[in-house]
Amino acid sequence: MNLDLSPEEQRFRDEARAWLAEHVPVEPLPSMDTAEGFAAHQEWERRLAEARWSVVSWPAEFGGRDASLIEWVTFEEEYYRAGAPGRVSQNGIFLLAPIIFDHGTADQQRRWLPSMATGETIWAQAWSEPEAGSDLASLRSTATRTDGGWLLNGQKTWSSRASYAHMGFGLFRSDPDEQRHRGLTYFCFPLDAPGVTVRPIAQLDGEPGFAELFFDDVFVPDADVLGAPGDGWRVAMSTAGNERGLSLRSPGRFCAAADRLIDLYRDAPDPALAHDVVDAWVRAEAYRLYTWNTVTTLADGGDVGANGSVNKVWWSELDVALHETALDLLGPASELESAWTDGYLFSLSGPIYAGTNEIQRNIIAERILGLPREMRG
Amino acid sequence: MRFELTTDQRDFMTSLDRLIAAADPIAVNRAWGEGDTAPGLALWKQLAAIGVPSLLEDASPVELVAAFEVLGRHVVPGPWIESAAFLATALSGTARAAVIAGAVATVAVPLALDADVADVVYRAPEWGADGRSDAPTGASGLKIRASVDPSRRLFEVEAAETVGLSDLDRARDLASLAAAAELLGAGERVLSDAVEYVKQRTQFGRQIGSYQAIKHQLADVRIALDFARPLIHGAAVDPSPRAVSAAKVQAGEAARLAARVGLQVHGAIGYTAEYDLSRWLLRIRALDSAWGSRSAHRSRLLALLTAPEHP
Repeated sequence: MNLDLSPEEQRFRDEARAWLAEHVPVEPLPSMDTAEGFAAHQEWERRLAEARWSVVSWPAEFGGRDASLIEWVTFEEEYYRAGAPGRVSQNGIFLLAPIIFDHGTADQQRRWLPSMATGETIWAQAWSEPEAGSDLASLRSTATRTDGGWLLNGQKTWSSRASYAHMGFGLFRSDPDEQRHRGLTYFCFPLDAPGVTVRPIAQLDGEPGFAELFFDDVFVPDADVLGAPGDGWRVAMSTAGNERGLSLRSPGRFCAAADRLIDLYRDAPDPALAHDVVDAWVRAEAYRLYTWNTVTTLADGGDVGANGSVNKVWWSELDVALHETALDLLGPASELESAWTDGYLFSLSGPIYAGTNEIQRNIIAERILGLPREMRG
Repeated sequence: MRFELTTDQRDFMTSLDRLIAAADPIAVNRAWGEGDTAPGLALWKQLAAIGVPSLLEDASPVELVAAFEVLGRHVVPGPWIESAAFLATALSGTARAAVIAGAVATVAVPLALDADVADVVYRAPEWGADGRSDAPTGASGLKIRASVDPSRRLFEVEAAETVGLSDLDRARDLASLAAAAELLGAGERVLSDAVEYVKQRTQFGRQIGSYQAIKHQLADVRIALDFARPLIHGAAVDPSPRAVSAAKVQAGEAARLAARVGLQVHGAIGYTAEYDLSRWLLRIRALDSAWGSRSAHRSRLLALLTAPEHP
């Protein structure tokens, strides 16, 4: 049992650290949910990609470095420690790309992955519907067979990044005779395709970080179906696992924020908040070590399974607690807009997206503890 | 990078678990609390024979925390933390050799656990002090002080001859770490027993474990324990003061939550002394404060983290 990096992994870390120290913008970029900020984040993705840091864990032929899981986690630690910008390409590179690698055709991989790696094409997810949130399998948007492809109809909502993104991905009901998890198909589609209407929705911070999508006979060719028609749920659940588990929230982000919280306390100590400050750091450190254990499990060929839900509850609640503590420390000045208020508002979405924490607790209770399944309507 | 117990370490936990389970540890625990220490001392000999007191000599802190997780799972009585973690580190020479060979040894910090059955009783300086200490080897002048956990028999002792204790800081840290591991094991056992209980207990025509109010509380215990274990293992790989304090804080939080939820989902039966759950509830309360309370470890951690040299 050890936490040591090999000489090769240390070299990788040092190279990442040196590049980031030189290239991370000194001034924070504007919010990626503004037109200006979106463009600035795309430009940052282009620079990352030029130096082959945008998708380190991908194969070299698609712009990656074939980095191991250990190297990926190490890169993420360095990335957030350096205070580098949030990833506007996140939904594509972390959620969709693993699906394309596993289920996509060679043609789809060639068409979609390179421009995703450079940030030229930004992808938005299209999961939730007005009547299908936590109960995603009750979704109603349809796909109807037509010559050479499908016609999409219906409505998606809370579609992250869709206000400015170029492509979308999500599930549609392709077999009206099937129920719930069966008869769903996974589609990829341009957000400027004829028949798609994007209506941006302002989030808590006032910026349109997500959008509603309306589909009116939107044609999608067979070549843009991901996986087999009717097999969409199974294909999508591998994304959901990624989102809950390791890939969306690397520990680097929380450890860097916890270190900044310690700095804040050192500069302006408030003994009444000492307990909260220490706990935020402890919880971030626990998350870091837990992740190394997960990495070991995966490297041994193991599966994260329902433990992704344990992980998701922990990081999302840690993120809220950490930012609330920082704002408490700032006292009356805490309401003034700052990186801490931005981080706080963002953290509030964590317990909701990627499956609410209530759904995660159900999964933990039923699949890990083996408690009786909830009655389902 | 390999942050996981090895197969050998897991096998060691399994064999230790079987050995203790075969000794009817709950009966051992109850007898110990009533002053009948013979079964507990017999178990001590068995555990000594398979090397529990010499883990820091023959193995590493990783095996130490693995063993203490199992001891906690079975509420094993006796001054194990004091012997196998603290004194095995703090003593030197023949005194240390005796502890590693399986002598029942304890230490006053300032109260001495199970001093009446100990072959030797040491006295350590107050937490935070350093240097030398006294050791009353005759264990005379003992005055028992009742613990919330009857299986932890605490004594006031009077100092006798002075024996040098070395490496006190590291000894205290390893004792805190062993206590954290024991809390983890106790918390795991409470969770496991609580899950079994809510599966068989029926109210309003349903297993109570099918209610979300029950499920979510137990899920929170699962989460808290899952994030305590890596801190304990991390501190075992590198027992720095920072890592040890983080482990003790989170282990205390997780075990405390396990005890509270475990009692709540059991209802009134869990509140009885006769029902075995009570053994873990009381042990957890006592261990949460032993070898540095959560508050003490938080204070130390904050001082370490905000020290100027912290990067």
